[in-house]
Formats: sequence, structure tokens, C-alpha cells
Amino acid sequence: MGPTPHIAVIGGGSTGAGIARDLAMRGLDVTLVEQGNLTHGTTGRMHGLLHSGGRYAVSDQASATECIEENRVLRDIASHCVEMTGGLFVKRPEDSEEYFQKKLNGCEECGIPAEVVSGEEARAMEPHLAKDIDKAISVPDGAIDPFRLVVANAASAQEHGARIETHSKVTDLIVESGEVVGIEVEHDSGPGKRVHGTEGGTEEIRADYVVNATGAWAGRIGDMAGLDIEVRPSKGVMTIMNIRQVDTVINRCRPKGDADIVVPHETTAILGTTDEEVEDPEDYPEEQWEVDMMIDTLSELIPMLDEARTIRSFWGVRPLYEPPDVGSDDPTDITRDFFLLDHDERDDLPGMTSIVGGKFTTYRMMGEQIADHVCGKFGIDADCRTADEPLPGSEDFSVLRDYMDEFGLRSPIGRRSVERLGSRADDVLKTDGPNPTVCECEGVTRAEIQDAIEGSGSDLNAVRIRTRASMGNCQGGFCSHRMASELHSEYDESVVREAWDELLQERWKGQRHALWGEQLSQAALNYALHATTQNRDQDPADGDPVDFSAFDSGRGQTGGSVDSADVAADGGTDGY
Amino acid sequence: MAIESEVLVIGGGLGGLTSALAAAREGADVRLVSYKQSTLRQASGLVDVLGYTPDGDGPLTDPYEAIPSLPESHPYRKVGVETVRDALSLFDDAVPTYEGEHTDTNALLPTHGGSIKPTARYPAGASAGLASDTRDTLLVGIEEMVDFDAPHVASHLDATGVPFDVRGETIRFPGDLRADAKVTRYAKLLDTNSEVAVRGRMVPAREALAQRVNPLLEGEERVGFPAILGDDNPGAIRDALGDHLGVDVFEVPMGPPSLPGLRLEDALFSALDEAGASIETGNPVVDFEGEDRIEKVCIEKNGAKIPNSADQYVLATGGFVGKGVESDREGVYEPVFDCHVPHAADRYDWFEGELFGDHEFARYGVATDDDLRPLDESEHSEFENLRAAGSVLGGYDFAAEKSGSGVSIATGYAAGQRAAQEAR
Ligand SMILES: Cc1cc2nc3c(=O)[nH]c(=O)nc-3n(C[C@H](O)[C@H](O)[C@H](O)COP(=O)(O)OP(=O)(O)OC[C@H]3O[C@@H](n4cnc5c(N)ncnc54)[C@H](O)[C@@H]3O)c2cc1C
Ligand SMILES: Cc1cc2nc3c(=O)[nH]c(=O)nc-3n(C[C@H](O)[C@H](O)[C@H](O)COP(=O)(O)OP(=O)(O)OC[C@H]3O[C@@H](n4cnc5c(N)ncnc54)[C@H](O)[C@@H]3O)c2cc1C
Repeated sequence: MGPTPHIAVIGGGSTGAGIARDLAMRGLDVTLVEQGNLTHGTTGRMHGLLHSGGRYAVSDQASATECIEENRVLRDIASHCVEMTGGLFVKRPEDSEEYFQKKLNGCEECGIPAEVVSGEEARAMEPHLAKDIDKAISVPDGAIDPFRLVVANAASAQEHGARIETHSKVTDLIVESGEVVGIEVEHDSGPGKRVHGTEGGTEEIRADYVVNATGAWAGRIGDMAGLDIEVRPSKGVMTIMNIRQVDTVINRCRPKGDADIVVPHETTAILGTTDEEVEDPEDYPEEQWEVDMMIDTLSELIPMLDEARTIRSFWGVRPLYEPPDVGSDDPTDITRDFFLLDHDERDDLPGMTSIVGGKFTTYRMMGEQIADHVCGKFGIDADCRTADEPLPGSEDFSVLRDYMDEFGLRSPIGRRSVERLGSRADDVLKTDGPNPTVCECEGVTRAEIQDAIEGSGSDLNAVRIRTRASMGNCQGGFCSHRMASELHSEYDESVVREAWDELLQERWKGQRHALWGEQLSQAALNYALHATTQNRDQDPADGDPVDFSAFDSGRGQTGGSVDSADVAADGGTDGY
Repeated sequence: MAIESEVLVIGGGLGGLTSALAAAREGADVRLVSYKQSTLRQASGLVDVLGYTPDGDGPLTDPYEAIPSLPESHPYRKVGVETVRDALSLFDDAVPTYEGEHTDTNALLPTHGGSIKPTARYPAGASAGLASDTRDTLLVGIEEMVDFDAPHVASHLDATGVPFDVRGETIRFPGDLRADAKVTRYAKLLDTNSEVAVRGRMVPAREALAQRVNPLLEGEERVGFPAILGDDNPGAIRDALGDHLGVDVFEVPMGPPSLPGLRLEDALFSALDEAGASIETGNPVVDFEGEDRIEKVCIEKNGAKIPNSADQYVLATGGFVGKGVESDREGVYEPVFDCHVPHAADRYDWFEGELFGDHEFARYGVATDDDLRPLDESEHSEFENLRAAGSVLGGYDFAAEKSGSGVSIATGYAAGQRAAQEAR
């Protein structure tokens, strides 16, 4: 074996990024490949709940225990990604008292701090809760930003020498003499940062070991080497409201059921979810009834949701796995625990391990176990440090300075920038030029956009997930062309245009499920801004050449035009 | 006692203003009531008549030629091409600072995103920027202003194939404006021409701006700025900059808040005032009385309902953006008179998956007879004395066709004129 083993990690979700960071910190050579952006898969399409474990305290105590442990770790190492909102399990009069007690006991058994609060106390905490709720259990649930967390993990892995390749799809596993020895990768736009319009190409990446962390796609990677990995993808919907109706995570306290949780996230509140098995993790129906159910059912807990504005809905697929002998019919019965499948032991194919199942909240623990496992293969004795070393952005950050003065940012915007950037705030915000706001809904400034561009090439969707720009009420209506312009200092116009179109289309996709009421008015406004004011739907730069000479060139001029001669030049008030 | 008039126009956007103006010029006693600021605050201020056919053919050189072959449900077909011309004449007369009336041919104008778009009337301030004018062009952006990135706009324009060389430069705006100052702050500074400090010396703002641009000129004959050149005195500001720089100066229309749109709104309100109409803004019409005929409407003011009655009514409350058409999860409706709005029963049929797909919602609005009277589900007129104008009308996608202001002006004109004639 060579001096330092080289590990190829497939999948840029929380699991893959966590594994890459852990291995890199232990000194291994790591290459992570992801077919889309970081968080392209389930991680970018989850609810954003930092579990206390309360949700599994009755049905799945092993997962519940892991959740509370990791909940504590993440508050520490990822403080700039976490908002400790607290959570409530709310009981309505028609919900079972017996289950309420089981939940309470379950929390105790799993070491989850839990306390009963009366209906009145719960409403004092959350005034929009229904008037007739009985009582609630309070638990340390939180909100977590999956994008920021994964980007921070990848950045940390890079700092420790890892190579991160996004928009690079694994098309085959290289198997030689009965052993996995590498992966074949198709780069969408050449290796390195993504730049639209750059020639792609294939690359063979040789590795001493391969880790398959592709979540719901794990079976597909398995297929490449004739392995059978029985992932059971199960979809769930989430509906985003335009404001935070609640500041605490609100769970319905009943055994299992759809539409039973609301998570406050940044300026929004996210309703969820459903649990339905699907065939294909990339192609499944997104249906109206699912959105309607979120609103109708959760209105029983928070009546104002019925009339509230939603800005979009999205779906994710859980990478559920159950060992072949269990055979659950209902996906909600499948364990939320994770499994490490060593294909040498399991299928007599050395060189690769798959990790399946699990939760976002436990990503770090999953990474640790895989890294232990891989190090074991190579006889490397290195301690895991990921539970102790804060992520970039969460280092030692106790600065409560006035960023308004320091960076010329108006106070609420300055505060939000600093919350997002954590300990990186100084680095990012200290720029020479003026730092105007690019995205007003989310308070994102030019310096943050530029910082994100540095990290993600010409990919505006990658800039979006790093900064939240275009993720607010207007869904990019007002800021997408500004974001595009920010790319132009570095990239050619044609690259910018392609990235811009891609962002617009991505923003449109999720809004489709929110198109009534205010959000339909917003969509009509956005459509007018982009198609009427800017004529982006018929942009001649994308289409057939235009015969300019056939159009009006000004009053009676050839090659000239009217000046403002017929307009008052005396400082009068009638010129336009 | 109700406040009375012969014609009552509800809505103060381009549709309502044109309607009230046409009725007043017809000699009727007109009252216009409007709730909030119209979509002119968001619109570019350009007056498009028809840039593309509903099938997407275009840019059209002659919008009038294409009107007779539009679908029958299109508002232009209801009023006819001659009325469109008459309506634009009224507009030209009421707003003399617009250009484009010298020809039937569409003009192509640069947009702030860097594309070009066909339009029929443009503010004089934009006229030196026409894309069919072959003079080389310098675009000047302001470092603090994220809505107009001049180098990006210039290279995008170049990619559209414009017949001239175009470059973009970015400057710091003279004077101490905050990083995210509103466009109105720039406009104000130039309107008042207040002195700003430039290297320790006090210089009037217009001159200071010209001084920043001057060294950047490389022989271009015209210079384009984002549309921030004054609210009250744009002509004088352009002239002053032009004199200092020795070139023609123009503005590129911008997104919200759009100064050209606001200037147009002001101009139309003054014209209406001059024509003698009574105007009330700030309060919504919330209710009405009447069965086949509207007897009166109620305006909500400080919690009270004030009745207004008229012989004829014009509904010009706008579309989804102006809130003249609204929707919920169950359907689409017109909130004031509950006029029928034809729409698909399944809300997932209201739009397409492609961003610029053939969205049905963009064509939602009331359907009318040839006299612009809204029709109920069984195609009978909802009320004998109600006409509709502007974006509240259905049957056309103004964003795709580039026909927004044109339809508002043409249908506003027709509705106002006919209401006045019938009020006799
Ligand atoms: C609706 C829903 C809500 C959820 N809510 C929560 C919650 O609130 N809290 C919580 O803790 N957990 C939650 N989860 C679970 C959590 O989101 C997932 O367990 C976790 O994100 C899985 O991460 P992962 O990295 O394993 O998978 P993924 O994020 O799916 O990552 C796998 C990656 O592999 C990539 N990939 C696939 N094939 C290839 C290939 N051939 N080449 C290169 N790359 C490839 C994919 O693009 C993808 O990015 C939720 C899940 C769902 C579905
Ligand atoms: C973003 C955008 C860009 C555009 N760009 C262009 C362009 O470049 N070129 C072009 O030709 N056209 C453009 N248009 C279209 C053009 O501006 C509109 O078609 C036109 O202004 C619509 O006018 P309107 O009078 O029908 O409605 P609106 O402008 O919506 O006005 C409706 C008015 O009615 C009032 N109102 C609503 N309900 C009530 C009530 N109950 N009681 C009293 N008052 C009420 C509203 O407050 C508002 O003032 C654009 C539109 C938008 C939205």
C-alpha cells in the first residue's frame, strides 16, 4: 500500500461531506465527487430540523438516542448553522393521552430533556397555536441550515487537502481482479469549479478505497458492480410559508401521520411532511393533494396557516434502508437508523463500503463510523476530531460588534449577514468597494455573493444555497439579474446568461406549488419583470438575429436620433 | 347622499387614467377613484403595442398590421385597430414628452438586463438610446447600484447583435449617498443640482457626474445611464450632462421603482386634472349595489363606507399584479363586482413547468363583449352599465406579446369614450 491511502467518496450530501471532512482530518487523501451541487440530493430537500430525538422517542429509540447526542455536538461545532428554537409536541383534545405519556417516558429513557407545559403556557410561547390544544411537551429541537452545514464541511475537508468535485457524476465503478479500485467520472464542465460552457470530459479516478454515500441513489451505484443494495426511497413534501408563524418547532403529538410538523427556518416556516415509497429517487410525482394536506392538517394546530401565503413547495426522498429480512410494508415503519454495508463481507467485493439510511442530524456520527471503518482497513490509528473541532464559520465566535458602522451595512442586514457567516464575517465583509444589498428579501450583500462565487464558480444555484439570495418572498423576481451581473466581473457574458437562465428556471420550479393568492400575484409580477421589462423570454442573444435597420431609429434620422430639443431645457418640469 | 358623477372610473393605472381622460374629453362629468399606486411604479414606462404574436413570432416591425389576425378573444380585436390608433393619438396629445408617434414601426430599446425589446412609444429620455441608431455607445453604471451593471449590460447588448459598438463603465456616484440609496435619492440630487464635495471642492451634482464620466469616453457619441436622471427635471438634467460631455445622453428603463413609470403616471394625472375630472386616491371600492345595473359603489374610507353613484362605470383595477384579479386555492375571481373570470378548474393547469411556458394565468381576466362589457358564465353581460379596461381583461398575455400599456390605453380609451357617450 502506498504512503497515504486515497479514498474516493461518492455523494455530496451531508453524509458524503461529513465523511470527507473526517477522513481528511485524519490525514487521508480524499476525493469527493457529486453529480450536482453540494446538497443536490436529499440534503438540499429536507426539513431543516435538528432533531432532539423526540420524534423517535417511542418508535425508534436507538435513533432517538443518537439524535440527542449529535444535537448537542452540532450546537457546538456548527453554531453558525443552528438556531436553537426549542420544540413542542402539542396534544390536541382528540389526540391520545396514552401516547402523550409514552412520548414523555420515551424522552426520559433516551436522555432527551423533556418537560410538560400546559396549553396556556404553550400558547404564551406560540400565540398562533390553536386555542383548544390541551398541553405540550417541550424538547430541545432546533433549526439547522443544511446548505451552510454541508458547504462548511466541504470547505473544512478542502482545508485539510481534500479535492471536491461537483457536477461530476460517477458513471461506473472500476473493478479489477474482483476488487473495486476506482470510479469513472463524467465532469459536466471540466474538473474544478463549475463554469458554464466549459467542455466536460470523463476522468478515471483511481482510489485505494471507495465509499458510496449516495443516499437514495446507493442502489444505482451498487448496480454498477452487480451489487444489490435495497434502498427504499420514500418521498416527503415540504411547503414553505412566507413568514414565521412560529418561532418554535411545532410537532403534533401522535403516533405517526402526515403533516405533523412545522419548522421555523430563517424568515420562513416550513410545513411537512408525507412519507410515501417511490420507485425512482429522481422522478416521482409532486402532487397538489400533498400541498393541500400540509395546509389543511397543520391548520388544526396553527389556524392562521389556512389563509397564509406559501412561497413554494419541494419534495425530498428519504434514503431508507432495511435489512432484507425485515420486510416492512409501510415506509413509516422502516427504521431511521443507518447501516454500513461492507461489500467485502457482504458480497465478496473488496474495496468499497456503502452507507445508507440515517438522518441529517446524525451525519457526523455516520461519518465517524465510516472513517473508523476505512482507517481500520488500512491499519491507521487516528482519532476522530470532528466532534470537537468547530466548522469554518463556527470557530470561537463571540463578537458582538456593530457591523452597521464597520461595514456600512444597515443594521438588520448587517446582523443577518453576520449570522450567516459566523466567524467568517470579517473575512468576507471587509471589502474595498461599496457593499450594496443584492437580495433584499434575505438581506444578502455583494460581498457575500462575491465570496460565494469564489467558492462555487459560475453556478448561481450554488451561490444561492450558500447565501440564501433569491430564496425569499420574491423568489428571485427582483434579484436574479443582479446575481447574474455579479458573475460578470469574472465570467463571459454567455456563461453568465446560461447561469442566469438556470437560476430562473430553478426558482420557478418550486414556486409552481404555491401559485394562488399573493404568490400568484408575485409570479405574475416576476413574469412581467423578466418577460416584459427585460424581454428575457425573447432575448435575441439566445435566438435568431434581428434586422435592426427595419425598426425605428429615431425621428427621421439615419444613424442619428432626436436629442432633447423639444424638451424644456430651462430647468422646467416637463421633461421625461 | 351619494357622491355623483356621470362616469365613475375605478382604478388609477394606465387603463383607468386613459379611460377617465377619454370620457372627460368627450365632455362627461368624470370621477376616478383609485386605491394604491398602480403598476406604473413597476413598469418600465415604455408603451408597447404589440411586439410578438401570441405564437411568439417577432419582433414585429409593424404592430398594427398584426392586430387583425389576433385571436377573437384578444382585447385589441374587441376594439379594432382603428381604435388602437385613436387611443394612441389621445396618449400622444396628453403626454407630449413621449416619442415614437412619427412612425408605425416599432422601436427596439435596450433593457436594463441587457436584452432589447420592441416598443411603440418611449420617453424622450430614452430616445437617444434606440438600438437601431448606429452610433457607438457608452453605458455608465453606478458602483452602488446593483440593478444596472453597465459592463454586463453592454456585453449582453453586444450579444444581441446591435449595429454599434457598446462599452460599459462603472463609476462612483458623486456625493455621499448610502450604498443602498433608492433611485429617488439619486434623482433628487440631480433635480436640485445640489453641490457635492469632489476632492475638497464643492461642485454642482450634474457637473460632478459629468466630470466622472468625461475621462471614460473613448469617442462614443452617446452615453446611457440607468433611469435615475431626475424626477422633476429630467430633460434639463440630460441637457446639462450632454453639454458637459458633448454627446447625447439617454436613460435605460429600469425595474421597480421605475422613475419613467412614475413620471408617466404624474403626467397622466396632470392631464386628467386639467381635463376637469375629480380624482380620489388612497381608498378602495369595496362594495356595490345593483342587479342588472350598478346603482352605486361603496368606497371604504377610515372604516366608513362612502357611496358613489354614476350612470356608467369603468372597471380598471388591473390584473393579478394590481389586485384587480385575485385567486385562492379554489379559483380565480374579480373581487369588486365578482365578474366571472374564466379559468381552469385545476389550479395546476394555470401554469406550465417551463419558466416562459404558455402560462394560462397570464391570460386570466374578465371576458367581454365588443362593447367591453364583462360577461358572465353564460356569456351575458354582467351589468349593463359596467365596462372593463386594462389588465383586468383576460384573453391576452401582455408579458409575452409586449402589449401591456397598448392594451390598457386602447381599451381604456374605448371604455371611457363609450361610457361618456352612453351617459348622455
Ligand atoms: C422529506 C424529508 C425531510 C427530512 N427532514 C429531516 C430533518 O428535518 N432532519 C434530519 O435530520 N433529517 C431529515 N431528513 C433526512 C435527511 O435529509 C437525510 O437522511 C440526509 O439528508 C441524507 O443525506 P445523504 O448525504 O445520505 O444523502 P443525499 O443528500 O441524497 O446525498 C447523496 C448525494 O449523492 C449524489 N449522487 C447520487 N448518484 C451519484 C452519482 N452517480 N455520482 C455522483 N453523485 C451522485 C446525489 O446527487 C446526492 O447529492 C429528511 C428527509 C426527507 C426526505
Ligand atoms: C413589472 C411590469 C412591467 C411592465 N412593463 C411594461 C412595459 O415595459 N411596457 C408596457 O407597455 N407595459 C408594461 N407593463 C404593463 C403595464 O404597465 C400594464 O399593462 C398597465 O399598466 C396595466 O394597467 P392597468 O391600469 O390595467 O392596471 P394597474 O396598473 O394594475 O392599475 C390598477 C389600479 O387600480 C387600483 N385598484 C385595484 N383595486 C381597486 C379597488 N377595489 N378600488 C379602487 N382602486 C383599485 C390599483 O390600486 C391600481 O392603482 C408592465 C407591467 C408590470 C407589472
